[in-house]
Amino acid sequence: MEGKTKEGSSKEAYAYTPGLKVKLVESVVKERRLPLLGEVLVKVGDIVFYDKVVAKTTVPSDPYMVKATHILGVEPEDLRDYVVKKEGDHVKKGEILAKDIAFFGLLKKFVRSPVDGTIETISNISGQIMVRPPPKPVVVNAYIPGKIVKDIPKEGVIIESQGAFIQGIFGLGGETHGKIKMLADSPEDVLTDKIISPEDKGCILVSGSQVTLDALRKAVEVGAAGIVVGGISYNDIIDFIGEIIGVAITGEEELGLTLIITEGIGKINMSQRTFNLLKQFDGYPASMNGATQIRAGVMRPEIIIPHNKPQEQSSSETLSGGMKVGTTVRIIRDPYFGFIGKVAGLPVELQKINTESYVRVLEVELEDGMKVILPRANVEIIEE
Amino acid sequence: MIALKKSLEEMEYILATDVGSTTTKARFFKKIKGEWRFVVAGEAPTTVEAPYEDVTLGVRNAVREVEELTGHQILSPEGSGILVPYDGERGVDLYCTTSSAGGGLQMIVAGVVGIITAESANRAALGAGAIVMDVLATDDSRPTYQKVQRIRNLRPDMILMAGGTDDGVRDHVLEIAELLKAADPKPRLGTTYKLPLIYAGNKVIRPEIKNILGGMFALEMVDNLRPVLELENSEPARRAVHELFMEHVMSHAPGYDKLMKWTDVDIMPTPAGEGVAMQLIAKNLKANTLGVGLGGATTNIYSIVDGKFVRSVSANLGMSYSICNVLKEATIENIMRWLPFEMSKEEVGSRLMNKMIRPTTIPHTLKELILEHACAREALRLGLVHHRTIATRLKGVKKAHDIGDLFSQVVAEESYIKMMNIGVVAGTGGLLSHAPRRVQSLIILTDSFQLEGITRVFQDSVFMMPHLGVLSTVYPEAAWSIFDKDCLVRLGTVIAPKGLANRGEEVMTVSIKMPDSTTIEEYMKFGEIKLIPLPEGHRAKVAITPEKGFDVGGGPGHRLESTVMGGEVGVILDGRGRPLLLPEDDNTRRAYLLEWIKMLNLYSRDELAGLL
Repeated sequence: MEGKTKEGSSKEAYAYTPGLKVKLVESVVKERRLPLLGEVLVKVGDIVFYDKVVAKTTVPSDPYMVKATHILGVEPEDLRDYVVKKEGDHVKKGEILAKDIAFFGLLKKFVRSPVDGTIETISNISGQIMVRPPPKPVVVNAYIPGKIVKDIPKEGVIIESQGAFIQGIFGLGGETHGKIKMLADSPEDVLTDKIISPEDKGCILVSGSQVTLDALRKAVEVGAAGIVVGGISYNDIIDFIGEIIGVAITGEEELGLTLIITEGIGKINMSQRTFNLLKQFDGYPASMNGATQIRAGVMRPEIIIPHNKPQEQSSSETLSGGMKVGTTVRIIRDPYFGFIGKVAGLPVELQKINTESYVRVLEVELEDGMKVILPRANVEIIEE
Repeated sequence: MIALKKSLEEMEYILATDVGSTTTKARFFKKIKGEWRFVVAGEAPTTVEAPYEDVTLGVRNAVREVEELTGHQILSPEGSGILVPYDGERGVDLYCTTSSAGGGLQMIVAGVVGIITAESANRAALGAGAIVMDVLATDDSRPTYQKVQRIRNLRPDMILMAGGTDDGVRDHVLEIAELLKAADPKPRLGTTYKLPLIYAGNKVIRPEIKNILGGMFALEMVDNLRPVLELENSEPARRAVHELFMEHVMSHAPGYDKLMKWTDVDIMPTPAGEGVAMQLIAKNLKANTLGVGLGGATTNIYSIVDGKFVRSVSANLGMSYSICNVLKEATIENIMRWLPFEMSKEEVGSRLMNKMIRPTTIPHTLKELILEHACAREALRLGLVHHRTIATRLKGVKKAHDIGDLFSQVVAEESYIKMMNIGVVAGTGGLLSHAPRRVQSLIILTDSFQLEGITRVFQDSVFMMPHLGVLSTVYPEAAWSIFDKDCLVRLGTVIAPKGLANRGEEVMTVSIKMPDSTTIEEYMKFGEIKLIPLPEGHRAKVAITPEKGFDVGGGPGHRLESTVMGGEVGVILDGRGRPLLLPEDDNTRRAYLLEWIKMLNLYSRDELAGLL
């Protein structure tokens, strides 16, 4: 984020562009936290696996407001004269909470509980009785195998693991895990239904440039855990979900599998680097999460493949140091969408592009040696 | 809180930023020969979200760009912030900022009757620059448990509660209070502080309200929004929203504790800054004004009609994060109707979805630019539809009816926004400000709002209306000087008669007396559009004679004389009719669009030819 150059003397051409991580070895730290206070079930030093429940709690159920005085036809301040229960009492569905019996039992009005629960308040201001059903259980599992390195009292834990870490650009569906299974020989390959078989049950299927709608449906049918692929056609993604995605906040979909797109919408070859990395771990167990939040958190989908290979030379300076000449970038918009190259120049002056806009640009040398001028906004750093 | 380091007269340099949802925009101003002018802009991605979670990083990157472009040092060497004041070599004399990062100010509003107090609370919150996540009312037809669930799931920044006139309804207001208490909503930015709640309802029951809500919320009582049915008093509530925004919300957003120390003036929500700027335009030009801020995530529309200021925000209509929601709400067919070339639905959908998932990218080809301009038209069209639902007369007020009303087809609660009564339209936001040719933003505003009669059109030069809005709260003279000279681009005037005819039939005759005393006579036929160059700073007298059935403001078929303003584009004579209807047939429609593009010289002919 922050440049290494000293401010005030920062004449060096510099640009900040976020990128996606594609790393062979990464220390992966996951915070596993309950939505509210509860009980932590593991301790620091414990080794946990994917489905291990690390913390649990209960969530208060939504309360039911019973308009008692409306039913009884009395004033709110008189409600206490009619209730037959008190705050804190447990009640069953249909049980009488308040009653008004007049004219020697000829006129009867009853207020009954709409649910099993506990009486929380009896209000003589609004005339309502609040009944809250029993709390609902909530658990948090480990999601990745690893070691508990920190305990967040009453909330959860932090798990540390080491493995390959790959971020996609867009995903659907939540956390899952399974064995990586390569179903492509090259990043250009398309995943069709013909390639998928019942043996793929529980696996994370990896292919190249595209997954078809039929393949998605077949993968759901055989019970695959997830799919990782370069692209998907717009029509297929809409058909698969059943609606147009308006805002990119995903992860809650229940589609029968988790889908991660690494490059974008359309038929786009998976980047060679991502493809090679996934291929290297063919057969390894992995965790994946399709949750994507572009607007409210820049959360990208991820694949984590735990392994014990030695830590490679870190070059995270690339991202934290911003973009410089020599930085590897991916072009993320037409006309060179999907191309990989190295930054060859970062001119400070604004330049006119095809749309006639004057924008800050950069020069990128593509893998075939061709040099192109692009808006700086249209590249992202590939963190190596 | 204002703590200036120098007197206004002594100031020489001012820095203003807007920490937007996508981009942090720095604007650098300088006093040149006694006049405040805009010097340069710097931009960088906003860093409010993980993994950075510190907005000051984005601010520093944007300011560093200003430093690079000017050679003027602004950031403190040790990284502690902005150098204030200017010491003769380095720094600025004033730093102020607006912010909409992390989704801006998000509120829940509540009232008793949906169309009376809840609606007033909605207008007040919107006017204060908030995104209204939900409007709760006792009569909103949802069962209580659903409302409780909804409130709990939303995690707002603040709640504005109205209900009852003073001495009016009581029990229903208390019911809403108990509902809020039962839901026990948690603030969005953490659980370590109490959620602010502004009570602007029946003042008689304040003690009971305090009793119910006092312990759970940071409760602030202000004057009733609807003390009587006939009056909407939104100013106290709006002020309280701004105070609590600083005190309770901003102070908990990532990095804002630092940013608040850097600034000399309270941080203002971006739409509030934009709203102040729009009101400045209406006030100075003395005209009913319709303003729009077309952002990456949201579309804000502001109207100042007969002195009444109303803002609406369409939270999910935007040009980057929310571009697919424009597609969803407008439908793909409505977006494609603005394309002068063939493109499949698959291609349109893919391109827009790729923009959504990589929201900071910009069009590099003309094809992509035209597609974004098509989306902008639809976002603005839908934004105005939404605005009209808010800009309505006060409901719940008894009106005197006469026998004519019984036969009237007019819907009683329709909006008072009539394009024929709008004299000025002003646009801001990345897409409009960055449009490569000024005529592009003018025609986007014309098509989407369907301007009628005679309308002057302005745009923000490089997106600095929010900056100048916040600056005007402390230094109005400097703000207006920059506004007038460097921000407000006079695009020109649109003359568009209301009415329909067959293509080729006569619409109006326009006689324009140009500044050089020559007279231009134009005979406009239905379906035509023409551009008459009239430079900025020049005016021309026009006499418009509409055909029978067409109206330019004087009534159907009535001649109208007026003076029109020139601009970077000039005067547009729009004979395409109102409502503007595009042909259903694809080929005919594309032919019309191409003709209009050609007449207005809208895009590069060479680049366009490559697409056809």
